[in-house]
Amino acid sequence: MRPQDILLPAAAGLCCKPGGFHIDPVRPVERAVITHGHSDHARAGHGAVLATQETLDMMRLRYGENFAGSTQVISYGEEIRLGDVKVTFHPAGHVLGSAQIAVTCKDTCIVASGDYKDAPDPTCTPFELVPCDVFITEATFGLPVFRHGDASDEVKKLLASVALFPERAHLVGAYSLGKAQRVIALLRQAGYDAPIYLHGAMEKITEYYQSRGIELGELRPAAGMKKAALAGTITLAPPSATSDIWTRRFPDPVTAFASGWMRVRARARQRGIELPLVISDHADWDGLTATIAATGAGEIWVTHGQEDALVHWCRSKGLKAQPLDLVGYGDEEESETPDADEAEA
Amino acid sequence: MNRFAELLDRLAYEPGRNNKLRLLTGYFREVGDPDRGYALAALTGALSFKHAKPALIRDLIASRTDEVLFGLSYDYVGDLSETVALMWPKRGANNNESFPSHPSPPPSPAFAKASADKRGEGQSPELSTSWTSTNAEESVSQEERAPSPLVSAVARRAKADAGEGQGEGYSGRDASDTLHPPHHNNPPPPTLTEVVTTLRTLGKTELPKQLERWLDELDETGRWALLKLVTGALRIGISARLAKTAAAALGDKDPHEVELIWPGLSPPYLDLFAWLEGRADKPVNRDPAPFRPVMLAHAIEDADFAALDPADYIAEWKWDGIRVQAVAGRDEQGHITARLYSRTGEDITGSFPDLVPSLRLPGAIDGELLILREGRVQSFNVLQQRLNRKVVSPKLIKEFPIHLRAYDLLGDDENDLRELPFAERRERLESFIAKLGDPRIDLSPTVPFASWEALTAARADPASAGAGEDADAVEGVMLKRRDAPYLPGRPKGQWWKWKRDPHIIDAVLMYAQRGHGKRSSYYSDYTFGVWTAGETGDELVPVGKAYFGFTDEELLQIDRFVRRNTTEKFGPVRHVVHEGDKGLVLEVAFEGLQRSPRHKSGVAMRFPRISRLRWDKPPREADRLETLERMLKAEAAEVEA
Repeated sequence: MRPQDILLPAAAGLCCKPGGFHIDPVRPVERAVITHGHSDHARAGHGAVLATQETLDMMRLRYGENFAGSTQVISYGEEIRLGDVKVTFHPAGHVLGSAQIAVTCKDTCIVASGDYKDAPDPTCTPFELVPCDVFITEATFGLPVFRHGDASDEVKKLLASVALFPERAHLVGAYSLGKAQRVIALLRQAGYDAPIYLHGAMEKITEYYQSRGIELGELRPAAGMKKAALAGTITLAPPSATSDIWTRRFPDPVTAFASGWMRVRARARQRGIELPLVISDHADWDGLTATIAATGAGEIWVTHGQEDALVHWCRSKGLKAQPLDLVGYGDEEESETPDADEAEA
Repeated sequence: MNRFAELLDRLAYEPGRNNKLRLLTGYFREVGDPDRGYALAALTGALSFKHAKPALIRDLIASRTDEVLFGLSYDYVGDLSETVALMWPKRGANNNESFPSHPSPPPSPAFAKASADKRGEGQSPELSTSWTSTNAEESVSQEERAPSPLVSAVARRAKADAGEGQGEGYSGRDASDTLHPPHHNNPPPPTLTEVVTTLRTLGKTELPKQLERWLDELDETGRWALLKLVTGALRIGISARLAKTAAAALGDKDPHEVELIWPGLSPPYLDLFAWLEGRADKPVNRDPAPFRPVMLAHAIEDADFAALDPADYIAEWKWDGIRVQAVAGRDEQGHITARLYSRTGEDITGSFPDLVPSLRLPGAIDGELLILREGRVQSFNVLQQRLNRKVVSPKLIKEFPIHLRAYDLLGDDENDLRELPFAERRERLESFIAKLGDPRIDLSPTVPFASWEALTAARADPASAGAGEDADAVEGVMLKRRDAPYLPGRPKGQWWKWKRDPHIIDAVLMYAQRGHGKRSSYYSDYTFGVWTAGETGDELVPVGKAYFGFTDEELLQIDRFVRRNTTEKFGPVRHVVHEGDKGLVLEVAFEGLQRSPRHKSGVAMRFPRISRLRWDKPPREADRLETLERMLKAEAAEVEA
């Protein structure tokens, strides 16, 4: 069986005809199989949704109880038959509950990895390698300039800055789902035990992480704090909030941003970031290439990000590779721009 | 080198002056000799070695990486040094040619050839053999099998994390050179001292190999700093003055003290740091022509006059030129050394070789650099054409003859005059200039006045108050207390500047950009325009940008206006509504105009600032480009004369 008879890009997303479902559809479909809870992958309005417990919970938090007609929970390693295919979920190491989806039809196995990373993360199950024939990889950081290094070193940079500027507040821009909790957990691992403050937009999702048994220490809302009391503290906020008028409640804030994009100076400067922290929930170049090689797949489909470079690399290694034209995926950040500045103006 | 790189990295992102100082002083305190001295030298531009050309860097990266991947990366990053620093594959570690975590044995040359031969044919048997039996059952049971090499790689990284993060807790110090545990079998990264001293002596042919070794040994930030250093492109928004101020703070010294001894010091400044740390006496400046920190004036406000007695002050014209200090002294052999310093202490002698022969008498003159043609002072626009030239050609020297107009004398031969009252220094200056008798150096005349009313009249009409034909180059008057000693910095109540009224136009706010640092949440940089006839009727054309002049309260008002009247957003820039009857009129004050091919309007303003918000004025009543063009013609006539 040809792989494209199993999975094929369609307007609504990656479509599995023999299984009768879409993976991470960007438009409402009858049956959706979802890799993880970020809003560009998990959207509301589908008939039936199959996902991990955590992903379903996150969708419920974001969209309300009636985000889908019906839902079904699947665990890592569990196998479900859908139409003519078998589907299994495997940890993707991206955020809590994130999964790679292995679709097997006859003797051909395709893994749609969604977003993934092979770096350690105290807030989610580590990435699991799934051998397959066709590997569908993301390419968010698909250029050899992206090497993320050790996230704990970046957290040390943050703590060194807090020690150097005890009279200033440190504002760390981080995506609400996943990155914020990972940064908090890394701060705790580094021995930082003072209360950490949160922007209102990330309180609910962070509480959810705690309810799943992830230790984040003492967290407090930043709202309602006296300006002077925030000197020497660390506050996590959605990236867009770190440049809007919300920041005026902080004493001379140092603006940090935890993202793989911070590897490139121009990106940090455009955003007016003073303390770039290279912490990413996506695999870096070395992670992407190592994973692709290790899956043993002879054919690689590359989606959202820097497809060109990764496709070129695969071909230079003798692998069959092609970009997969899927639209509607990007940084969670793009879809997470609450017009807070207008709201509070 | 990694610690120095980390400092540069942090400085490059930090907008606040005081915070930059904290970072610098912290570095000087933490890092020992001689590294910190070479860092100070790098930051003050005191290092000299032959710079590497970008082509050399390109050749190095080409030898290590795939051309297509480099091209795509360079396109994305946009900076050669940064691209190379980020993608540099360490030999043996993240080598592009091997899969560090791949389960199969390292690829042999035969493998590489085989897969290259198969390019485009689809699946490579070598790569997929280990998994050809892959099927659903195997996938399901994946967890029970031995952990995959990839997972164990993850575990290794996790273990390294735990080892780093636990136990010791947070040390509170930033010592990144110890953050990265040394890789076994790898040589330690070079120190800044090693890099600087090696570069000084290295032959051209040895450079590529040496750079390659260093690139292998350093981390990303270290590689970036190294490449910036060797290509001579270390631009991170730090002035020499700021670096010296930070060094001074190490010993709680006044930066002026450091400035005074600076010309006699050389990298790595062991004697300077020894003194700053209280381990040795202050180094003696043996430079025959040292810089002396300059005295600056406060801008006078109308309200200040009431408290001032005209009899206490001497007035001079304020010339629209460049403040300089011209110093001459005898070296140990008795030869005269002459130097010209900018007001920040930068040695600018090289740009004005035509003035050097005139500095024959040992002494230190405070004065203004001007261009004189047939005895007449030219405007600042004319002077500007002699500035920032790489080569000072004989033609340039002939067409823009340089002149020094003296208004103070800080040293007369061996005597330091700075403790004397201004009136006495002025007398010494007059006899010094007379003794010198050089056509290129003259005395800035005083402006006699008996009352503030008389001075107001003189300032309003310099031509008839003594400035004569030079009146156009007068930008106001200076008031100096007769009894004031020459004090470094901007001491209160000693010197006042009373500038001529600026030019004023009404312009329309077109775009607003967020500021930096404390202003990072405010739209505080404004692009404004004036009306001109376009193809479809009148349209606004941008004529300048301003980011100060308004009060904090006005900033809040404009910020609110910008947020509520945005028509489009481009990153940090907002497009603000600007139509005939909708928009905000800004009264913009500026000092002068210049023709500029870089601006769409063809004009550029000097020192523009927002002087008033004209909420009352509809945009259609703002000024037109023709008004600016008329002003420009008046000034241009001088430039071409």
